[in-house]
Amino acid sequence: MNTNSLTQAPWHQTTVEPLEYHRKFLKENCRPDGRELGEFRTTTLNIGSITTADGSALVKLGNTTIICGIKGELAAPPADAPDKGYIVPNVDLPPLCSSRFRPGPPGEQAQAASQFIADVIENSEMLQREDLCIEKGKLSWVLYCDIICLDYDGNILDACIIALLASMKNVQLPEVHVNEQTGLAEVNMKKKRHLNIVKHPVAASFAVFDNSILIVDPTSDEENLSTGFITVVIDEEEKLCTVHKPGGTPLSNEKLQDCINRAITRNKEVCKLLNKVMKSMKAK
Amino acid sequence: MVCLPLDAGAHKFRHMADRRLREFGCEQNLLSRPDGSASFVQGDTTVVVGIYGPAEVKVSKESYDRATLEVILKPKVGLPGVAERSREQFIRETCEAALLTALHPRTSIVLILQVIHDDGSLLSCCLNSACMAAMDAGLNMRCLFCGVTCAIDLDGNIILDPTAKQEKESRAVLTFAIDSVERQVMMSSTKGAFTTAEFHQSIAICQKAAESIFQFYRDSVGRRYSKS
Repeated sequence: MNTNSLTQAPWHQTTVEPLEYHRKFLKENCRPDGRELGEFRTTTLNIGSITTADGSALVKLGNTTIICGIKGELAAPPADAPDKGYIVPNVDLPPLCSSRFRPGPPGEQAQAASQFIADVIENSEMLQREDLCIEKGKLSWVLYCDIICLDYDGNILDACIIALLASMKNVQLPEVHVNEQTGLAEVNMKKKRHLNIVKHPVAASFAVFDNSILIVDPTSDEENLSTGFITVVIDEEEKLCTVHKPGGTPLSNEKLQDCINRAITRNKEVCKLLNKVMKSMKAK
Repeated sequence: MVCLPLDAGAHKFRHMADRRLREFGCEQNLLSRPDGSASFVQGDTTVVVGIYGPAEVKVSKESYDRATLEVILKPKVGLPGVAERSREQFIRETCEAALLTALHPRTSIVLILQVIHDDGSLLSCCLNSACMAAMDAGLNMRCLFCGVTCAIDLDGNIILDPTAKQEKESRAVLTFAIDSVERQVMMSSTKGAFTTAEFHQSIAICQKAAESIFQFYRDSVGRRYSKS
């Protein structure tokens, strides 16, 4: 149970009438955890923690914790695109992260999140699938990106994108040659190279409260009370990769433009953080 | 149909044709068992929807203050996969915002969509048929909604209601759900990258196209319940 030092609200306010509790704060243009309406939670990034994976990253967005691990495997390229490799993202929301998820096959939220990540990778063209091809028609890389949520406190889509981007930059794939005589692949584990990441898409999610107020980076409580949700993914050239608004309250064009503007600033913040972390990794 | 000279006029002719919706049509109450059903046709894309509700709900899924909405989208071929789940989420959240679920607590409303033929603009066809089925079932709604798809091709032209071929050849495909009260964007699903200016332009074009769909809703309801 989260107790914040700013307000010690009586439990019945937070449990029995959560909407009124949140409204009191929104009237003063702030939120129960002390943030402004347009403020993101503290973002922490840790790269390369999983040594058995080819690339990994751990992201904490406030309490929301997401870990992404990327493993590269070899496979025959698809028949309809013999010069491309595969990128297979999968988002897992286990019962560990929140009581709302039950053990068993992935629920709708996990599947929709996996589709969202796959769409962002394709739309933003952050990585050319042609780079993953080793030999046309014979051998290519498959990048399995497993994203697991360890703690669900709202806004997993933003955190997943940051984790994916950071671990993609961290991935080191060994050199592979196809032996002409045997036809088998020879992997040289000593020579490794990074992936060529050309674009850096960053997501910014917003929740709509009471059909009018837009708040950035909602926590789990705010998500449950919101009447609408929108995620904008933008790359560093200010090109929109995705505007993901799965239903909910209608939004006017001005509000949509506000979301896009906030997403542009968020992209700059996250890229700065990412560069800082990559530089500190290189220094080691 | 005016014939224009091939060089100067051809571009203008194509430009005008790209800004028009394909021929669309609808049939309501075609299935006998569901409480409401509709089939919506946009060009060659056809979707049939059956809606059951408000009906009994499993205790594990029930909500104390509203109806639980469930959407099942069945593709034409194969088993439903992750892409269908994602589309189901879009349709469900749009319907939840439009339907007055608070009037039917502890019940379930189930929407089943079957794709008969997909020739582009599938998500918007699903949304239109879902809205017509909800009207046919007589469910209380705070607004009507319609789906419109547009595609941005490699030259930057915006094509309204693209066919599957046009979708494949374009660099971005955007689908919006527009509400009937204030003509604002209720749902947005995009594929491919585009600039902010193109985004706002697409919204404006889709909002204009939504007028004709809402007029069609009005006409079809009027025709159905008129005494003549």
